[in-house]
Amino acid sequence: MKVLMFGWEFPPHISGGLGTACLGLTKAMLRQGVEIIFVVPRAYGDENQNDMQLVGANSIRVKINRYQFGEMETKRSNLQYVTIGANLVPYVSEEEYFDIINNKVSVDRQFKVHAAASTGTIDLRGGYGGGLMNEVSSYAYIAEEIAKQFQFDVIHAHDWMTYDAGIAAKQVSGKPLVVHVHATEFDRSGMHVNQVVYDMERRGMHCADKVLTVSNLTRNTVINHYGVPEDKVTTVYNGVEAIGAKSSLHFEKSFDDKVVTFLGRITYQKGPEYFLEAAAKVLQRKKNVKFVMAGSGDMLEKMMWRAAELGISKNFFFTGFLRGDDVIHMLSISDVYVMPSVSEPFGISPLEAMRSNVPVIISKQSGVAEVLQHAIKVDFWDVDSMADAIYGIISYDALGQMFREYGKKEVDSIKWDNAAKRIKEVYKNLSENR
Amino acid sequence: MKNICLHFSVHQPFRLRSYRFFDIGQDHYYYDDFSNKSNALTIAKRCYIPMNNLLLSLINANKGALKVSFSISGSALEQFEMYTPEVIEGFKALAKTKCVEFVAQPDSDSLAAVNNTEEFALQVAENAKKIETLFGQHPKVLKNSGLIYSDSLGELAYEMGYTAMMAEGAEQILGWKSSNFVYCNERQPRLKLLLRNFKLTDDVSLRFASRVWCEWPLTAEKYMGWISNSLLKEDVVNLFYDYKTFGEYNRAETGIFDFFSAFVALVVKAKGISFATPSEVVENFQPISVLSVPQYTSCADEERDLSAWLGNNLQKQAFDTLSPLQRIVRAVNDPALTQDWNRLQVNENFYYMSTKFFSHDAGRTPYQTPYEAFINFMNVISDFAERLNQFPMNTRFSVLTKDELEQEIAKHTDILKELEDVKKKISVAKKQPAKKASTQKTEATKSTAKTTIAKKEKTAAAPKAKKAEPKKAAVKTAKATTKKKTTKK
Repeated sequence: MKVLMFGWEFPPHISGGLGTACLGLTKAMLRQGVEIIFVVPRAYGDENQNDMQLVGANSIRVKINRYQFGEMETKRSNLQYVTIGANLVPYVSEEEYFDIINNKVSVDRQFKVHAAASTGTIDLRGGYGGGLMNEVSSYAYIAEEIAKQFQFDVIHAHDWMTYDAGIAAKQVSGKPLVVHVHATEFDRSGMHVNQVVYDMERRGMHCADKVLTVSNLTRNTVINHYGVPEDKVTTVYNGVEAIGAKSSLHFEKSFDDKVVTFLGRITYQKGPEYFLEAAAKVLQRKKNVKFVMAGSGDMLEKMMWRAAELGISKNFFFTGFLRGDDVIHMLSISDVYVMPSVSEPFGISPLEAMRSNVPVIISKQSGVAEVLQHAIKVDFWDVDSMADAIYGIISYDALGQMFREYGKKEVDSIKWDNAAKRIKEVYKNLSENR
Repeated sequence: MKNICLHFSVHQPFRLRSYRFFDIGQDHYYYDDFSNKSNALTIAKRCYIPMNNLLLSLINANKGALKVSFSISGSALEQFEMYTPEVIEGFKALAKTKCVEFVAQPDSDSLAAVNNTEEFALQVAENAKKIETLFGQHPKVLKNSGLIYSDSLGELAYEMGYTAMMAEGAEQILGWKSSNFVYCNERQPRLKLLLRNFKLTDDVSLRFASRVWCEWPLTAEKYMGWISNSLLKEDVVNLFYDYKTFGEYNRAETGIFDFFSAFVALVVKAKGISFATPSEVVENFQPISVLSVPQYTSCADEERDLSAWLGNNLQKQAFDTLSPLQRIVRAVNDPALTQDWNRLQVNENFYYMSTKFFSHDAGRTPYQTPYEAFINFMNVISDFAERLNQFPMNTRFSVLTKDELEQEIAKHTDILKELEDVKKKISVAKKQPAKKASTQKTEATKSTAKTTIAKKEKTAAAPKAKKAEPKKAAVKTAKATTKKKTTKK
């Protein structure tokens, strides 16, 4: 079984959860004996590709004359960019996004036009930035070429940016297409859906022979909002990578206070304000607690003002965006991890916290809530319950012990291998029924 | 004559409301009145009232051939009184037939037997008293919560004046032996043991309505066939049901009431087999052997031990936090606190924290996870403990042992010493500007040092106020810094 897989990013060059998920999944699928050709917009060369073929779309030769460059070169005004761009660029690095919104950065910089090199390859940058839409379409175009050059049995496309690529490959090769929904436009933008992205997602799902979703929550969205027939949509839960060498790092807490942590983008979707309000409630009763909001995003400033307004700034800390070891450091000194997401297709971060022996409180509006038993689940808006759960974990020792005992075991059982097995079965059914 | 011993246990726990940590010290009402009331009313309508009526008519129709026994917990009685007193009337009517025996149990259906025999005895006596006043019978047989039993408990029961005790026919104590005989306690052979035949009991209570069970549908003839088969060689079949089996766990539409009537009719007709109350069984048969039960057994789960209530750390911590309060509650002897104490004791509070049935036992607990059950219960106990602490020291300290008293005294003398030191420092600081009068003042402070604690506490308040000031300043600076940060952005 050989799979042509379209992704948008691949570790170490990632900006969101998608890259990590792709890596975990592909590794597990390789263990299942599936051969993978993984296509990303740009291969940097330092990705781990011992076992598989990682193809950078930027290295594929294409005929330039079939490509319309004229359109791309027209400059767009600021206003145009923001109206389309605001929803269009879901995972732009946060600082950058913030600057774009406030017109601090000239959009020209964002819009470096792809120039076809004289070698005949189109330069794709990958990542999620200004020219995403253009990249998406050129990616699809290149996909066609790739589909002609390689031999494979199934096409697998991750998230909306690659759906067009998947469709193009399907048209050329006639092989079955699986689209993998890691998030939908409704998760990213609430109800302010970007029509272009929605259309692209819908097209991908309807052209696909099978739609995989990361949770039943997302499955319902796909069925209800995109009108995909139920029997075409299958839930395959994500997994979590077994602990690597990195996590052997251990940091000691240098103070006695309990630490309650929120770690993620500080955006509407992640529900930071509910965490803040719950913190204020806990602090009314208990003073020796430190709350940490780690991450950056468009709601950061608002959160800081609100913390000051509630008079809890003394116990409420903003760390900014954390990377690498800092994340592990943060988790290892945490006593509680809270994920109050308003809408979360899956949510791998609580699993990572549990892997670091941290008890977790997760919102019922997350896909991971369907998988986890040893976590406290609350509605994201139910600040009282959230505060109560935080208070309970930091006040009653037995609870933390229980979580450490059972949570670790549970996380270790949520493996990518299970996901890979299910996906392999899906492939098998598809190619057999052809 | 061989016997069938029917027993029904009646128990309704008080469900706790969702009690948030910010209620601690603010609101002392712990119960979910709405769900307690609706539970009591619906179960009364489905089970207690129709089953009481059915039993009464069957007893009257069979002229005393049907004999049954009951154990009723205090919390159930309390809820019947509050919400549906006609259920109690039903039990009274049954008591008048003289075919019904009432069995004593710990009043709160608690786990007191596990670590506090004194409390256990108190609760059993309380229940016996209630039964005597309501139904005019003095219980002679004892049934512990969840059929928890061990050798030492049996011995204790005998000392408390009971001649027999009910227990689970658990495989780990019986081995190859059968539960269908009367046994006796190892340390006190005069205490007889009646062991529940859990297979035959569960056939009705758990499996009666289960269509995936290979014996479904269970007819009275089939059931009676199994029983008479075992009674060919053995003495007595003990069927100890949860009363809710009839009408609640198995609804009327499953045919459970008709099944029961048909079963009774078959037993009445059968030769050599009759119904008997627990006391009669104990009189009718000599113990066949001594039964050694060094460790606790119960009717809960497959393990049939204490693990359903005290199997994990959450349950242990909750239990260990609640239990030590017992001495203070009894010493304080305040009616409202004792009532809450009794309701908090209920074994379900711990059962809800069990981690054994994470996914498939949703129906039995009002909480979504054991963790929520634990947090809620711990919040309630925290408030309860705080209320106890508000009682005057002499009542609270009267329950302490000598060692504990010594510790308390040592603790408080340390505090006194520190207060004295603070006081001295303050007076020294004051004296410095006026050095001449210093000698006089030191003498004066020494004399005041011997005065009452109340005065010292006043002086202690002064440094506290001083400490508070820098704190406020810190808050201000913190606010200022965050504002700076935000403006930078």
